[in-house]
Amino acid sequence: MTPLLEVTDLVKHYLSRGLFRAGLPTRAVDGVSFEVGRGETLGLVGESGSGKSTIGRTILRLDEPTGGRAVFDGVNVFETDRETLRAMRRKMQIIFQDPFSSLNPRMAIGSAVAEGMEIHRLAPKAEIPERVAGLLREVGLDPSLATRYPHEFSGGQRQRVGIARALAVSPTFIVCDEPVSALDVSVQAQVINLLRDLQEHRGLSYLFIAHDLAVVRQISHRIAVLYLGRIVELGTTDQIIESPQHPYTQALLSAVPEPDPRRQRTRIVLRGDPPSPSAPPPGCAFAGRCFHSSKNARCTSERPEQRTVAGRQVACHHAG
Amino acid sequence: MIGWLIRRGLQAVLTFAAAIVILFFLMRVTPGDPLMRMTEDRQISVAEMARLKHRFGLDQPLALQFITFTSAAIRGDLGVSIYRYPDRVLDLIVARLPASLLLGGTVLLLNFTIGVWLGVLQAARRGQFIDRWLTRLSLSGYAMPSFWLALVLVYFLSTRWRLLPSAQMTDPLLDPSAPFAVRTFDLLRHLLMPAFTLAIVTIAATMQYQRTAMLEVLRLDFVLAARARGLTESQVRWRHAWRNALFPVLTLFGLWLPILVSGSVFVERIFNWPGLGSLAWEAINGRDYPLLLGTSMIVTLLVILGGVCTDLGYWLLDPRVRRP
Repeated sequence: MTPLLEVTDLVKHYLSRGLFRAGLPTRAVDGVSFEVGRGETLGLVGESGSGKSTIGRTILRLDEPTGGRAVFDGVNVFETDRETLRAMRRKMQIIFQDPFSSLNPRMAIGSAVAEGMEIHRLAPKAEIPERVAGLLREVGLDPSLATRYPHEFSGGQRQRVGIARALAVSPTFIVCDEPVSALDVSVQAQVINLLRDLQEHRGLSYLFIAHDLAVVRQISHRIAVLYLGRIVELGTTDQIIESPQHPYTQALLSAVPEPDPRRQRTRIVLRGDPPSPSAPPPGCAFAGRCFHSSKNARCTSERPEQRTVAGRQVACHHAG
Repeated sequence: MIGWLIRRGLQAVLTFAAAIVILFFLMRVTPGDPLMRMTEDRQISVAEMARLKHRFGLDQPLALQFITFTSAAIRGDLGVSIYRYPDRVLDLIVARLPASLLLGGTVLLLNFTIGVWLGVLQAARRGQFIDRWLTRLSLSGYAMPSFWLALVLVYFLSTRWRLLPSAQMTDPLLDPSAPFAVRTFDLLRHLLMPAFTLAIVTIAATMQYQRTAMLEVLRLDFVLAARARGLTESQVRWRHAWRNALFPVLTLFGLWLPILVSGSVFVERIFNWPGLGSLAWEAINGRDYPLLLGTSMIVTLLVILGGVCTDLGYWLLDPRVRRP
């Protein structure tokens, strides 16, 4: 079966206009390819500035891509005209990180949930309140809250409203852009469980974006690790968690808290910052911070291509 | 709601009373004297001057004058004009009010419809050609003194090209029994220049406030979410973004509300517009205490009303204010 979403060589450059000269483009996403299967969750991890949110936004064309293809259900999203795109949006939704800016403060939450159905005429007008109530119940909110405004809700509840709003148009694919990063740990778990239940009942596919590997591993079937606009490792959750091959993945993983106090582990502390995305180094982007014992001149001169190591994709000269 | 209105109303009344007290005494300490102005350079006997003073009550102690004025004002009597004796202040104001409301109302309407629309357009096209040029143009308008712009417009549109009348509110030669449409057209022709002069010099503020407020809202996630749901760009812009970006403009509207009655003294003088602005100018020149106080009171009232309207607008439009 073909995957629901197939992204090939996605590129997004931002142009910065200087006062006197055109600045170098910022290569936020620099050639990223992945697939998301039906009913699957692909986790996308990376630090701030690695381009993970940009990927989520460009594949929904909330941001115009610079290059590449994103084929959703057989249609290249990047080449559709405006009207087709508006119709397609029904199938692809997004949930945001900040529960405070993601809801319109002047719209009662019931209206926010109803709007998508009204736009796409998914239900007769008379049925909409009932549908809204059903959706609120589905995300664990009392339907009587529909007339309330966002400021009357807590962060976790707002996130549930955001999920109900996305579900209103019956999508098959949802970009979850750091949906739990702004929440308390206990609330994080609730929201993740909710997303998991919804996936099970509705057969949803997720692109789950987060900077925290501990969160991503809970929900993802496969994980892609992003560094400076490129995927450095992509494999199943087990492969990534149990035997990370890329040194950057190993470093990320060593930062995840270990619940078992008897287990020994060494913590890898990376030094320095990632290089500037407007002037990436010629070789491996990670070379400057890499701690790998066999690091050599090739790392700083030749960019490592993705290859298959131990069943997953890795972009490192020395992996395996 | 009722409780809030009562509290806000009391506050407004107190502010108004305080403003009247200050205005009353401030006028008396400014140099000049209505009787000196009235008699100008005519020789006048001391006895005659004393008689005039007595007639206008200016020989009374200041505190007593104030009490006389307030007790009459509360009953709706603003006294008699000195400069335009024996006209009553209230009658003078009422006669001038329609002209001022017409000019001020047109300016407000032009300013806020065009200003809001252009500000939103600028924010949507941020950094592009149209945004940059609209900012430049609106700031040039802002930098122009209104009287200078008025004179330039009169010079070209009236004197040179004879397109529009240069002064007055109606054509004095027009038959008053002319059909309504003809009279309305005549009025609009007279209204055009003063209204545009004032709109051009004030619109920059509205545009820039609206632009900034819009930009702040447009980067929020709910705007993206609306777009992601498949709303059209104009639905996203007006229904979601603008409704959250109108508050600074609402405040500005409250601040501009007094223009309804004050117009602009300069512009009203240049176009000989028979509004309250010209009346205030006469009152200042004649040191006509009762008339000056009367016109100032109207402006004060509108300033306070503007504040109340703004608060009321917030209360009606922002659910966060409505349900604390």
